[in-house]
Amino acid sequence: MSLTDVRVVRTEEPKHAPPNRAKFWLYRFDTKTVPYLLIAPFFVLFAIFGLFPIIFNGVVALRHWRLDDPTLTGWAGMENFTKLASDTDFWDALVNTFGIFILSTVPQLLIALMLANLLNRKLRGATFWRIGVLLPYVTPVAASTLVFAVFFSRDYGLANWMLSLVGFGEEQPLDWRADTWSSWIAIATMVNWKWIGYNALLYLSAMQAIPKDVYEAAAVDGAGPWRQLWRITVPMIQPVVLFTVILSTIGGLQLFNEPMLFDENPALANGGYDHQWRTIAQLIYKVGWRDLNLGYAAAMSWALFLIILIVAAINALATRRLGGGK
Amino acid sequence: MSRAPQDTPGTWKSYLGLFAILAVSAFPVYWMFVIATSNDDAVMKSPPSVIPGDQLMVNLREVFTLQDVYFTASLINSLIVALAVTASTLFFCSLAGFAFAKLRFKGNNVLMFVVILTLTVPNQLGVVALYILMGKLGWNGQLIAVIAPGLVSAFGVFYMRQFIGHAIPDELVEAARIDGALTLRIYWTVVVPAIRPALAVLGLLTFVATWNDFQWPLITLNGTDFPTSMVALSDLASGNYVVYRRVLAGAFVATVPLIVLLLIGGRQLVRGIMEGALK
Repeated sequence: MSLTDVRVVRTEEPKHAPPNRAKFWLYRFDTKTVPYLLIAPFFVLFAIFGLFPIIFNGVVALRHWRLDDPTLTGWAGMENFTKLASDTDFWDALVNTFGIFILSTVPQLLIALMLANLLNRKLRGATFWRIGVLLPYVTPVAASTLVFAVFFSRDYGLANWMLSLVGFGEEQPLDWRADTWSSWIAIATMVNWKWIGYNALLYLSAMQAIPKDVYEAAAVDGAGPWRQLWRITVPMIQPVVLFTVILSTIGGLQLFNEPMLFDENPALANGGYDHQWRTIAQLIYKVGWRDLNLGYAAAMSWALFLIILIVAAINALATRRLGGGK
Repeated sequence: MSRAPQDTPGTWKSYLGLFAILAVSAFPVYWMFVIATSNDDAVMKSPPSVIPGDQLMVNLREVFTLQDVYFTASLINSLIVALAVTASTLFFCSLAGFAFAKLRFKGNNVLMFVVILTLTVPNQLGVVALYILMGKLGWNGQLIAVIAPGLVSAFGVFYMRQFIGHAIPDELVEAARIDGALTLRIYWTVVVPAIRPALAVLGLLTFVATWNDFQWPLITLNGTDFPTSMVALSDLASGNYVVYRRVLAGAFVATVPLIVLLLIGGRQLVRGIMEGALK
């Protein structure tokens, strides 16, 4: 008997042989275990670098934790939080954060709505306009804020030059950084500039999903474009409006980059010589990495988290009422 | 009889409005370029100059040769971080998205709900603890500290699950399985080729966000010789005597890669943002 004979016999076995034991286990492994292996990297990495820090932040907030004095350890209890209650720096920063937040969110979303309404027309070069409005979105905040810092400078800034064209501040140029309100406006301008186009695209995507016959029905009732926008378009895109309101609340209350880099000396995290535009996120940075008091900084970030939750909830309710009111 | 806005042609007023907004959007970037190409006098002039000068090379040379800013290294670092984060996000999020969209396993829906919940967790608020964690790992001051927290994103998983759910019919996956293909093989030969557009979108969004990130790199890389370009920019702008033509030359260099990305992938970026909103 030769080797070839053996091979011939083998090929004559039935083609659909029952799976052997190894194959069975491989199949079982592939359908039962592999799905979990595919999602595992996300959950593991998120648990380590996303979830754990947030929980651990709570522990740090309840402890003494100073970078300049490693011997000072142990539980601080509520000390960091009670200190917070009487810390004028914190409350001042909270007021600044809210001021800038309102000055940036309201115009941002209103202008985005108008822009989306324009983009929703039948336009020549529609793609060109849509890509164009994303230029601020892709521009790094660190770069654009430095431009705006020059733009809003007292002596040779473009902002003051433009104001002088309309006869404002010719003898006494406006020192944007000196006053609370002017520094807030300057910073809010940077935030508005960056996010209007992005929000407009969010609105546009929702607007394009509105059925056309809704407008035809309204036209029969004699509603002009302006009434159509407020009575049909806005109520119908309300879920996306809610989404943008919550997004801007979360982003606006954590504002860091713009106020940092508007300062003449960013590294200090002062937010102006009298801290007139220092935000909470900036204060957390200053307390943690300039004063080296990580425990206290952690307590502040927890407080900020709670504030964000409350404000986001209030905004969500308000938006829902606005949309459902009519 | 008025028509739906989608069918109403733009009037000259709409084009004027769009043009005005576009001009305002582009002006700071243009002006960055103007100052980056000018000498000191141009910055201190009234009315301010709005025409590019011829000093670009001079300013760039100064930026790139400054001793304690490490600008060249910072650009390379930014590129390393952004590419690593983008590659990892695309790989892990498409794997998980595929599992959630097309595989049957116990807890699929519950776990997906957890992913969506994590979307709402503001990572930034854990920075203090993240800094301590990186300290324990001995990673502070190194690029790995910037890369690690960005390796996956809940949004990426969510986006991939949505796209794969729509783009790939269940029958295709079943057919491949009957042919004897294992799950990973199906991922590689069926899923990946079909989701290239979604990979492009998520890749763009991730790259832009990572390149532009400032706060966390500032905290973890502070005072090291390994800044990212955003940290290097803030170093350029720090100090008592700031040379604006130099600062904005640096800012311009750090912005150019993103403008190039916008020119190449603008269409995908627009689509990604618009799709991300609906769900």
